[in-house]
Amino acid sequence: MAKLHSSINEVYLSPRARSALEPSLTDQDQIRNFCIIAHIDHGKSTLADRMLQLTGIVEDRQMRAQYLDRMDIERERGITIKSQAVRLPWELDNKTFALNMIDTPGHVDFTYEVSRSLAACEGAVLLVDAAQGIEAQTLANLYLAMENDLEIIPVLNKIDLPAAQTEKYAEELANLIGGSPDDCLRVSGKTGVGVEELLDRIVQRVPAPTGDINAPARAMIFDSVYDSYRGVVTYVRMIDGRLSSREQIQMMSTRAVHELLEIGVISPEPVVTKGLAAGEVGYLITGVKDVRLSKVGDTVTTKDKPAKLSLKGYAEPKPMVFSGIYPIDGSDYPNLREALDKLRLSDASLVYEPETSAALGFGFRCGFLGLLHLEIITERLEREFNLSLIATAPSVVYQVTREDNTEFIVTNPSEFPEGKIKVVKEPIVKATILSPKDYVGTIMDLCQTRRGTMIDMQYLGEDRVQLRYQLPLAEIVFDFFDQLKSKTQGYGSLDYEEAGYLPGDLVKVDLLLQGEKVDAFSSIVHKDKAYGHGTKITSKLRELIPRQQFEVPIQAAVGSRIIARESVRAVRKDVLAKCYGGDISRKRKLLEKQKEGKKRMKMVGRVEVPQDAFIKALSSDETSGTEKKK
Amino acid sequence: MSASLPLGLPWPESNLIPPRFDDLKTFHAYVHIPFCEFRCGYCDFNTYTAKEIGGLSQSSFHESLITEIDASAKILENSGYQKRSLSTLFFGGGTPSLFTSNQIEQIMTSLKGHYGFLPDIEITLEANPESASPKYLEQLAAVGVNRISLGVQSFDPKVLATLERVHDPDKVGPILKAAAELGLESSLDLIYGAPNESLDSWRKTVEIAASMGTGHVSAYSLIVEPGTKLARQIKVGELPETDDDLDAEKFEIADQVFQANGLPWYEVANWGKPSKHNHAYWGSADWWGFGPGAHSHLSGNRFWNTKHPLSYQKQLANGSPVAGIEYIDARTNLEERLMLELRTSTGIPLKVLAELGIIKSTIDPFVLDGSLKIENENLAVTAAGRLFVDRIVLQLLTN
Repeated sequence: MAKLHSSINEVYLSPRARSALEPSLTDQDQIRNFCIIAHIDHGKSTLADRMLQLTGIVEDRQMRAQYLDRMDIERERGITIKSQAVRLPWELDNKTFALNMIDTPGHVDFTYEVSRSLAACEGAVLLVDAAQGIEAQTLANLYLAMENDLEIIPVLNKIDLPAAQTEKYAEELANLIGGSPDDCLRVSGKTGVGVEELLDRIVQRVPAPTGDINAPARAMIFDSVYDSYRGVVTYVRMIDGRLSSREQIQMMSTRAVHELLEIGVISPEPVVTKGLAAGEVGYLITGVKDVRLSKVGDTVTTKDKPAKLSLKGYAEPKPMVFSGIYPIDGSDYPNLREALDKLRLSDASLVYEPETSAALGFGFRCGFLGLLHLEIITERLEREFNLSLIATAPSVVYQVTREDNTEFIVTNPSEFPEGKIKVVKEPIVKATILSPKDYVGTIMDLCQTRRGTMIDMQYLGEDRVQLRYQLPLAEIVFDFFDQLKSKTQGYGSLDYEEAGYLPGDLVKVDLLLQGEKVDAFSSIVHKDKAYGHGTKITSKLRELIPRQQFEVPIQAAVGSRIIARESVRAVRKDVLAKCYGGDISRKRKLLEKQKEGKKRMKMVGRVEVPQDAFIKALSSDETSGTEKKK
Repeated sequence: MSASLPLGLPWPESNLIPPRFDDLKTFHAYVHIPFCEFRCGYCDFNTYTAKEIGGLSQSSFHESLITEIDASAKILENSGYQKRSLSTLFFGGGTPSLFTSNQIEQIMTSLKGHYGFLPDIEITLEANPESASPKYLEQLAAVGVNRISLGVQSFDPKVLATLERVHDPDKVGPILKAAAELGLESSLDLIYGAPNESLDSWRKTVEIAASMGTGHVSAYSLIVEPGTKLARQIKVGELPETDDDLDAEKFEIADQVFQANGLPWYEVANWGKPSKHNHAYWGSADWWGFGPGAHSHLSGNRFWNTKHPLSYQKQLANGSPVAGIEYIDARTNLEERLMLELRTSTGIPLKVLAELGIIKSTIDPFVLDGSLKIENENLAVTAAGRLFVDRIVLQLLTN
């Protein structure tokens, strides 16, 4: 195996470009800016690895898998959260070019960031797994790229896989973007096959930038990253003019002026340059410590010769789901605040404000772009700041109007107003689902149970179908995607976009433990589903709450009406019967383990509730919780 | 002697285990005899049937044990322990009654020679009804054994079949009678909660046990240990799962019957005249456990021997048979005391709770709800709290 690998290196991975062009002095004709549009797992990071090797900017011995993914979480989960831009030298027909590869995040939560990355490019490599075909997210991004007038280069990856169906998916891609299936490049990021041809194709097909080098500087921010040593590192695409080091720059949305401490390109480590000129891609460091002062989508210009018009496309990231985050140990509250303050420096889309829960104490209501974003943030809080946290079930934002016409914005179900309600409006999304045609029935069933309305359905190829649905966001934020995956054996994929608010027949379902309302378990559901929801949550909690020394009644209620009840029977015995000399060490270790376990329990009144129950109770995961409790 | 041994540090090269605490406790010995005629389906103890051990002789295994006894005396002397005579000696297993009385005698002679016996020493030997003939008991009494612990488990043949015990329950009476005539104290070991054991079956078992005139009974709830045949049978559905609630009820039945028959409750699983040897374990006294897999505790040094008899023999020949050691610090020692002493009817001195930093407001709720009581400057469980000791300990340490 090792030998085979080295021979592949010799054949495909020797660097072709022998010299690189100097940033800030590179003619726009010799620049190509492109991004890679791909679904998670379709091999984008591996392909990028090969490009780094092939262009010679990373030597083989320094190579590591997923070179560009910086955060531990990114590498562990195999997904890219933050995009980066790498400048790659490449030669074709004895002419040297500078290729800027802009890495885009590949998850539905980060669509806004993707759109900014696209806006920084003239071309896009559409990378599709030759064994799986295009996925909904990729399709959505492809449409986005086409709207941005990008040159699309279709590529099938993983052609080395035995399951690859290259011809079939080449046909599918040709149907989507036009042209012939033969235009579709066949590569393997793993072995390196076809990557050279791909780089050649990028030079040939992606248009060179056409900015006005003499105009006032305009640079678009497409990513902004917090680094604890350097402060905020801002990634920009120069559209017009030039920026040079030691210049004063200005953010056009806020008019804030910053000293430009450093300017450079990534190749793939930062390289300081004299400046950046129209068409180029690079980074800026101003000493700013908070990414919110250097927001994605904003336009950078110079203080001395400011541009008049900012580039279009700036939008505040908007949180779609909210969740309460609480420390298990109340004394960690100040640490949680500090941790959130720190995370916000690197994540402008994270919003939060203090909130108090009768059950959970002091915490924060946090807004996220989506569920993955929520998961990533809570995981980072626990891992990087050593906190033990409870995240309450995610909720969307409701607009509630009472009979007396007072209006409420409800981000937390427990704040649902009392009294007579005139109308409740909930956020709606337009969802696109791609799947093999065999699963259309199951998908329609799933959407039906989630209160979906079909917009249309069309065949992409012989056996692949695109379904478009209008769905309440609340019905999909929680576990829709997991359900879709499991019901389509992993083949279904999903993308969605906001589609405004619509009135819904919604009620608040409360949960009572020992007769006491537990605010963290409240949820807002459709009236017809209240009973089912109540039954589900009470029976889930019966499984999740360990037996205590007393009986714990669990009830679900709408208003004062009890709609479901269960109870956790009192435990009768909690002692290990035998205890010999030899059992003492073992017994003590068990006690240590139980002590650790108890740290993950939250006292709600007199009842010990496991930390993860606050999410699990509200999920409709049907696979777990089947273990019988005696 | 459970299936899995805890991970520990290696035995010190110095061969020394100096005392870690100032107060000198009583000294006890445990001797593990790792042989059985037959392995019962529920058993995860460190024991082997003749077929399982190649190249090891049951008839000469006592020599290995004596080698360890010789070594122990040197280690204790060199480590600075004051010489203490043995307060108790316990032969456990396995089935110690598979050893001849002569083998037992040789072990006792070695122990007595190295350490000496206190005049009121309690010497117990575990026996199975099928291997404890009146004649054997007579031989044991002659060499100095004064207490016999019979592994009866149940008087219900159906339950015995589930547990794969091969003895005939009718043999127990005559054995106990013979023991009493020889002046041997006796104890019966029972197990409750076997799959398919009814409340009635258990009630009958404890009633028979209580009527036999023994001075001591241990009753353990069956724990299904992973890796045993019983665990597999339950997993594949051949046998039903055990039921904690039913076990709680069975404990109450046992307690009621035993107390009514003059066997007072004194520890989670024990009734009658307290076994001094058991109290050594619960009172964190000092004991050396000889034999494969045996655990020892000497003034804060807890160590355990390698499990398999063959590797035990091999390691013993090359030095120490210890597989791991852990050093108990003062705080851990206090936590262990709480964990163990709260299991007993005497309870734990309030002084120890104070040293652990457990304050009155942590204890009070348990006194108020009737699971703990304070008597003679000791905190002890009540009848209502007995079955919740583990939970109470956890809460005392974490609330």
